[in-house]
Amino acid sequence: MSHVRVGIGLPNTIPGTPGALLVEWARRADTGPFSTVAVLDRLVYDSVDPFAALSAASAVTERVRLATNIAIGPLRSPAMLAKQALSVDALSDGRLTLGLGVGARRDDYAAAGVDRRTRGAVLSEQLAYLRGQLDESGVGPARPPVELLVGGASGAAFARVARYADGYAHGGGPPRAFGSAAARARAAWRDLERPGEPILWGQGYFALGDPDRGSAYLRDYYAFTGPFAEKIAAGNLTSARAVKDFVRGYEAQGCDELILYPTVADLDDLARLVEVLA
Amino acid sequence: MRVRVVGAGPSGLYLAILLKKADPAHEITVLERNAPDATFGWGVVFSEETLGALRDADYPTHLEITDSFARWSAIDIRYQGQVLRSTGHTFSAIRRTHLLDILQRRARELGVALRFDTEVAAEESAEDVDLVVAADGANSALRRAGSFGTTSRPQGCKYVWFGTDLVFDAFTFIFEQTEFGLFQVHAYPFDEHTSTFIVETTEQTWRRAGLDTMSEQDSIAFCSELFASHLDGHRLMSNRSVWLDFPLVRNRSWHDGNVVLVGDAAHTAHFSIGSGTKLAMEDAIGLANGFVRHPGSVEQALVDYELERQPVVDRFQQAAGDSAAYFGRVRHYQSLAPIQFAFNLLTRSGRISHANLTQRDPQLIRVLDAWFTATATGQTALPGSVAPPPMFAPLRLGEKTVRNRIVRVGGPAGGAGLVLTGLVAVSAEGRTTEDCPVMDDSWAPHVAGVHAAGALAGLRLGHAGRRGAVRSSGVDVALRAGWPLVSASPLRYAPFGAVPAELTEQGMERVRAEFVTAARRAAAAGFDVLELDLADGYLLASFLSPLANRRTDVHGTDRLRFPLSVVDDVRAVWPGVLAARLTATDWARGGLGVAEGIEHARALAEHGVDLVHVRAGHSSGTSRPEYRRGYLTTLSDRIRNEAGVPTLVGGYLTTPDEVNTVVAAGRADLCLFEPPPTPLEAVP
Repeated sequence: MSHVRVGIGLPNTIPGTPGALLVEWARRADTGPFSTVAVLDRLVYDSVDPFAALSAASAVTERVRLATNIAIGPLRSPAMLAKQALSVDALSDGRLTLGLGVGARRDDYAAAGVDRRTRGAVLSEQLAYLRGQLDESGVGPARPPVELLVGGASGAAFARVARYADGYAHGGGPPRAFGSAAARARAAWRDLERPGEPILWGQGYFALGDPDRGSAYLRDYYAFTGPFAEKIAAGNLTSARAVKDFVRGYEAQGCDELILYPTVADLDDLARLVEVLA
Repeated sequence: MRVRVVGAGPSGLYLAILLKKADPAHEITVLERNAPDATFGWGVVFSEETLGALRDADYPTHLEITDSFARWSAIDIRYQGQVLRSTGHTFSAIRRTHLLDILQRRARELGVALRFDTEVAAEESAEDVDLVVAADGANSALRRAGSFGTTSRPQGCKYVWFGTDLVFDAFTFIFEQTEFGLFQVHAYPFDEHTSTFIVETTEQTWRRAGLDTMSEQDSIAFCSELFASHLDGHRLMSNRSVWLDFPLVRNRSWHDGNVVLVGDAAHTAHFSIGSGTKLAMEDAIGLANGFVRHPGSVEQALVDYELERQPVVDRFQQAAGDSAAYFGRVRHYQSLAPIQFAFNLLTRSGRISHANLTQRDPQLIRVLDAWFTATATGQTALPGSVAPPPMFAPLRLGEKTVRNRIVRVGGPAGGAGLVLTGLVAVSAEGRTTEDCPVMDDSWAPHVAGVHAAGALAGLRLGHAGRRGAVRSSGVDVALRAGWPLVSASPLRYAPFGAVPAELTEQGMERVRAEFVTAARRAAAAGFDVLELDLADGYLLASFLSPLANRRTDVHGTDRLRFPLSVVDDVRAVWPGVLAARLTATDWARGGLGVAEGIEHARALAEHGVDLVHVRAGHSSGTSRPEYRRGYLTTLSDRIRNEAGVPTLVGGYLTTPDEVNTVVAAGRADLCLFEPPPTPLEAVP
């Protein structure tokens, strides 16, 4: 069993989070035990753009990796996506991990004016662009290849992981669900005859100070999933024990990097998490 | 809390009991449209694990239920006039009406209100109570009134549920061949006088036998006569016993507002794994526990219930689906030897493996292993024989013998019987990447190394076709400066990929010659096995798949023509074992399906292919694979048993137990073994 690295989410999708708090959060994360600072992506919501958030984070951090986990690829044109990602990578001196997926929200696609029905094919095309065509496009800054993760739960998503990415970004859930997704990612990797193993990323939510507020946020953030929002809220890690069990569980399932996302934008909650992980 | 339970089956009654027990202040009413003594179905089966849960949840009913159980530990398989008995299993069953009787009494005793002969209109539903429980079965009317994301579709064969006054002493599977096709029976005792007797057959056979137009009486007479030798003078009894399709019910959400689904209303699992009542009563326990954990919140309790139960039920539905599919194709296994047929049957749902059975029934596994090795070496196992597990049995292929069933790609043999190379191209044009080797005269040392390790050496030979000129293995990103590609039709494989040229007749001639030259070199190098790559979207595969082959010439109408001509020319010059990687299905809409994949395998065998390496997907960049552990095993099983050709299969088989199970059950002859890296091997 290998050691799991733990990363921390920025509160960029928690409504009303002041910019200064977001930046301070990143600064403190860089001094903490975390390997990565990660962001979520949503268009039609009171949230900060993932690449803007990571740009800000890059200015106040030196050590941590910066990750989108995931950004909704098809909402952006391939060239624009590449521009944003390469910019963050350049600003942070190569610390970006670019996680991409198709997302699950209809309203984001509608607002972006993008046809949701072809999202899988569009994501494949973006990945192919990032992996190849980009070199010849003139879109810069010129960077060495960025670490690429792909999320999703369908067979096509796992094939995309193996065909284009360096690893898999799981969408959350209990360790056992992560384990079965990880097995599928490894199977896809072998199926496409990729050498080595995929990097496996997991994620979870926490609220150690004010669980009710945290769960209320999750219910709102995931309201578009209908009754599923309640299940996500029920999975919120609200005690030190729950966090520790979760980290251990993910480690046992072979997770390489586990991102814990805040559900309350309060620096005290970050401090509580640091204490739990110490 | 005020609770209305709709449906007085096992899940509804048991939930009422558990809730009332947890808090006698709950007002609980159970409504049932039928009379209290209405009898549907015969006996229901439980496992040992479920009994433990029932004991913990309510000891008095557990006592009564187990007092009236029929218990047994054997599974009998009656096949081709023989009876094979496997022991060490634990089953118990009870008459369904008796179970309901126990539950009704207990519910009344605890103060639950039971109202029978009461039709519940969906609209008089949820508002006057805190919780409505839809325990009204697979066709739940209550479910239709809410929003649960329900799907219901027929699964498996036609079946009919009889009783009989013959008391079996084992869970009994009977297979009877008729002029119409194969019929099978699932039978088990449930009290001292009676057994359940379910007859099942495919829809085609059912129609051929005229059962689709028969009356209930005629249908009983038909089945009684068909199974007369097994019934031994006893009779089949009907209880509204009509032929049915099993409905596979799933729900995305198990609750909507304060209405919650339990048992068959929430999910069904095909009867051939005997889990319906077990899952229903475990639902009741899970839901009641949800209220123990969240006494103040119906919503929280229901979410908790779903989080606990849905993953468990998903696993059972997966296993039940595999089991139902097995019975749908069991007619293709009639050439398996009885002991192998039995092992295949016992391991059909993936819940029991070679290792599990070694624990449960060590004698069966000893006999199976001895039979397997004896058969593999052309001998007959004597009584009392022992042999290593099946993965260590040799395999005769053509003139060669593989020492065991393990295949590895590249690298050291590591105990494998066959070591295959990665893709070696027949020409520079046929490479995948710049690093992809082209067949030349340099392979003799490699072959000598593999032979020195005791393994056979295999060469995988192919032409990448439109998947050529990419940057690295598996990554379909075109090289900046590649080379011209060819394929069946001028269609690019992946976004930004180069458009291949349509392969001309002249080109085909050239490629055939390249394969022949490469095969001669392989023979000269001393390779034992030559594996032609007709899979993964490469050149030969592009002819086979309708997604890649849009030709209007003879190769469009006869997609096998060119690949078979390559096989023929190679077979003429290649003296060793000839294998072919083959796409069993494209896993894509409009693509090649399994039935055609099986036909292709049969054609290859007729043209001298000794071994089919079963692959799937990749015919186009848009296939939708179904990854899970052993995801290619069923496809291999079907090709091996329906096309009658030996198979090699991979699909992420990572443990020796998986390999033993796959080969012993006759689902493949060789397995690509892919154990994950482990830090244990870093320890000196």
